[in-house]
Amino acid sequence: MNIPSLSPEILFYLGSLPISNAFFWSIVLSSIIIFIVLYISFTKKEIPGRIQSLLELFLEGLYGFTNSVTQDKKRTRILFPLIAALFLFIFICNIFPFLPGQSALQIKTQEGFVPIFRSVMSDYGMVLVLTLIAVIGIQIATLAVNGPIGYLGKFINIKKVLKAKTIGDFAYGLLDVFLGLMEIVGEFAKVLSLSFRLFGNIFAGEVLTAVMLFLMPFFAPLPFLFLGLLSAIIQAFVFATLTLVFINMGSEKIES
Amino acid sequence: MEGESLKHLAAGLAIGLGALGPGIGEGLIASKALAAIGRNPEAADKISPLMFAAMAIAESTGIYALVVALIILFS
Repeated sequence: MNIPSLSPEILFYLGSLPISNAFFWSIVLSSIIIFIVLYISFTKKEIPGRIQSLLELFLEGLYGFTNSVTQDKKRTRILFPLIAALFLFIFICNIFPFLPGQSALQIKTQEGFVPIFRSVMSDYGMVLVLTLIAVIGIQIATLAVNGPIGYLGKFINIKKVLKAKTIGDFAYGLLDVFLGLMEIVGEFAKVLSLSFRLFGNIFAGEVLTAVMLFLMPFFAPLPFLFLGLLSAIIQAFVFATLTLVFINMGSEKIES
Repeated sequence: MEGESLKHLAAGLAIGLGALGPGIGEGLIASKALAAIGRNPEAADKISPLMFAAMAIAESTGIYALVVALIILFS
């Protein structure tokens, strides 16, 4: 049984930098996306051809959806590149493994036989980097709208404690301080939950498919493959949407 | 009990107990969504994608339990 290991296998070394199979395919897939989008944007026509109308359909739909969440045209213009890039990249990376024949190809390296293909998002390092990009984006948005004092005041909420005149007010103030500290925990929880949702869905999908194909190769893996395809598409959408919602929530001005 | 059998027990408990919550939660989401569609069938196109997105988020804790079980078993 060829269950994928937690860390992706090394294909070759560039000098002393190990290139794993997930990393290799992330470079290949993002180059393909960049090439197609740049080609279409340089050969735009008034009456669009097939690829151009497909791209336009997708981008317009996503733009309308982003607009409906933020309710603010200026904010949508700033946020849309990040959200669209996250969604497009994760979507293409998630459905690429469903092209048939991939698990059959292996290559011989120093450590033995190593599969050439692997789902890009089944590498936790890759998912963690995307999550950090999203969460640092959230912090930047909050900082930009509220200023550094407002941003720190969200976590260290000592306004009520300083203005307290009675013991009851002081108790409420302490509660506010505690809630502010919980916000810090919440930010780390965002990193963990976003990354584990995407990583868990894709990695567990791979392991389940491998196990089912080993146990009963005919017809039984079909519902698992369908579930894997469905969750691949939905998780890309959920990652981008959650990033959008968090950035939108963070860009609201905090009333004092 | 030695290490290997404890590992298998731990993995089984992790995913078994972890699958209870999301199952109930997703059933509740689906029931509310279907009730809303039943009350207003033209809104089905707007409700269905939101239902799937909400289900994906409710599934998260089940996926965390699955990842923990896989880590216990395979490393």
